[in-house]
Amino acid sequence: MRFRAKIVDLACLNHFSRVTNTIAKLAKTCTLRLTVSKLYFILSDKVANGGVSMWCELSQGNFFDEFQIEGVAAEHNEIYLELVPENLSRALKTAQSAKAVKIKLTNKHCPCLRVAVELPSLSSSSRIVTHDIPVGVIPRRLWNDFREPSVPDFDVSVYLPLLKTMKSVVERMKNLSNSIVIEANLSGEMNLKIETDLVSVTTHFKDLGNPPWASEDGCQSSAQGRDLERMAEARIDIKKLQQLLAGQQVNPTKALCNIVSKRIVHFILLHEDVSLQYFIPALA
Amino acid sequence: MKCVITGSNVKVLGRAVHSLSRIGDELYLEPTESGLSLRAVNSSRSAFAAFLFAPLFFQLYEAGGRQPDRELLRCKVLMKSFLGIFRSLPSLEKTVGKCLILLKPRASRLVVQLHCKYGVTKTHNLAFQECERLQAVFDTQSCASSLCAPARVLAEAVVHFPQTLAEVTLGAGPGGKISLRNYVEDEAEPTKTMVTELWLAKEEFQTVAVAPGSRITFCLKEFRGLLTFAEASNLPLTIHYDVPGRPVVFTLDDAVLEVHLVLATLSDPESGSQPPTANGVSHLPAPSDDFADDLESYMIAMETSAYEAGSGVPPSPTFPLHTPRPAESDPEEEEEEEEEGAVPGTPPHKKFRSLFFGSVLMPGGPGPAPTQEVLAEDSDGEY
Repeated sequence: MRFRAKIVDLACLNHFSRVTNTIAKLAKTCTLRLTVSKLYFILSDKVANGGVSMWCELSQGNFFDEFQIEGVAAEHNEIYLELVPENLSRALKTAQSAKAVKIKLTNKHCPCLRVAVELPSLSSSSRIVTHDIPVGVIPRRLWNDFREPSVPDFDVSVYLPLLKTMKSVVERMKNLSNSIVIEANLSGEMNLKIETDLVSVTTHFKDLGNPPWASEDGCQSSAQGRDLERMAEARIDIKKLQQLLAGQQVNPTKALCNIVSKRIVHFILLHEDVSLQYFIPALA
Repeated sequence: MKCVITGSNVKVLGRAVHSLSRIGDELYLEPTESGLSLRAVNSSRSAFAAFLFAPLFFQLYEAGGRQPDRELLRCKVLMKSFLGIFRSLPSLEKTVGKCLILLKPRASRLVVQLHCKYGVTKTHNLAFQECERLQAVFDTQSCASSLCAPARVLAEAVVHFPQTLAEVTLGAGPGGKISLRNYVEDEAEPTKTMVTELWLAKEEFQTVAVAPGSRITFCLKEFRGLLTFAEASNLPLTIHYDVPGRPVVFTLDDAVLEVHLVLATLSDPESGSQPPTANGVSHLPAPSDDFADDLESYMIAMETSAYEAGSGVPPSPTFPLHTPRPAESDPEEEEEEEEEGAVPGTPPHKKFRSLFFGSVLMPGGPGPAPTQEVLAEDSDGEY
């Protein structure tokens, strides 16, 4: 099992660094899945996470100048690692002016992802900083736990408002309540509501637009026969929503959410070369 | 004591106070014939800093009272109060033209007066306490190793370590390279903690005279305070160190300023009682392009072993697992007083040894006391 990768381009490094920062805000521990063409940051929905799950997918070619992987076996050319994403984002944080960053899977005393940053220096030899991030190697028989989640059978799918606006609204609401209700309808309207003994606050968004999903037979309810004004709603943990919004450092190309009434909210944030899906279950 | 500081030196004084505030809660002022010394020590007596401003630093410097036979007054003030006067460095630079410091023993007040722009004068009257001389015992001449580098190099090195990191290990590696690595305590899981290591080439230093293979571990927080000062003053920083357990001394030298920071270092655990861990390296390998890459055998072992499914890392068949030492009964990180002259039969637990100290028992006596008697001992029952 081998893995080595190298980033030389500063813009790619910054981009990758931003991705790891986002993931670090969403999960304390997560699974990193490496394949020949892609990297995935996965959080599967365990009770310990509060039921949230995450699937983040990157095309390695958009970030790395070199990327070599030798998986567990020829027909399973993949590697699954468990790690603390905060370590990875910290290692990359001070590499902003690096000449090169190399990442390699090693096993000196325990399996580690070694991030070696080559920094410019006044002397002839570069300064080298190495960060040994301890990882857990996940054996093949557990790989089924980390399959890509399917898009749920949602009631409403709606584009999100400007994330910056949504973030500042949710941040203020967080001070008043532990849970927030997201509701939206097929007319492009969305409301964020909190209700406590003392106060209830609702923020209304209009003209958001509803993304067109290819209708599969019988799977998604088609627009005809559905009340366009009817709201699908779910009450979710406000902190989880705030973490998702706070972690976004760049505006996504597309941001939408699918609501299954009273069950789950499925967020999809798409950038040019990164896609992030985040599931927040509804509170009982 | 009376002294006047003008111009950009006011900001230098302010920065010095900021640096000292990272050390202790009280600021000791000691006027001497060779200048005004500002000192601080931390509560566990494992860090000491002294800034000596020569008479030339001041526009006016009068160490003693009017009577020539009057002894020089030493006092200490609350760090918080003194720092408050110099809190905003940018505004010091912009608005303060002159600073007057006056010790009024009869009024029991230390007066700090800032003469600012537009005719504004701010006068601060601080209560002070007379005190004995605060002096750490150290001798840079007896240190086996020393390094000198521009402060900027060290500041750039330290930035790779998190702000919360407590201790860092400085080591002399092969090829004259100097390494900095975060220190991972024994109690922490070695397989769970990220280890960061930085290598600096010999050429980055102005002088390198180190014992090969030597290394010391000290507290980063207090060092960062001095580093900020050194970087701002653009002065090279010299590090003197000896064997683990002996204090490390950082010095800055200038025509009008002499700075010393003395920190306790971690003494080595008894060799042989500790299995190799991720952090306990006996040689520091210099980084090379080919990392040890033998994950194959590890994976085969993992697939065939009959352990429970889980997220934990199973014990590696190739490397021994770190097992806690049975002798390790002291979980608290406590910094103990150690008397200078103490027989090296100190407890085997790996804790910081305090430095140096002794205050001089006889007031007015110059130089260190002949017996290093500790004035306030830690109570032993706290382990």
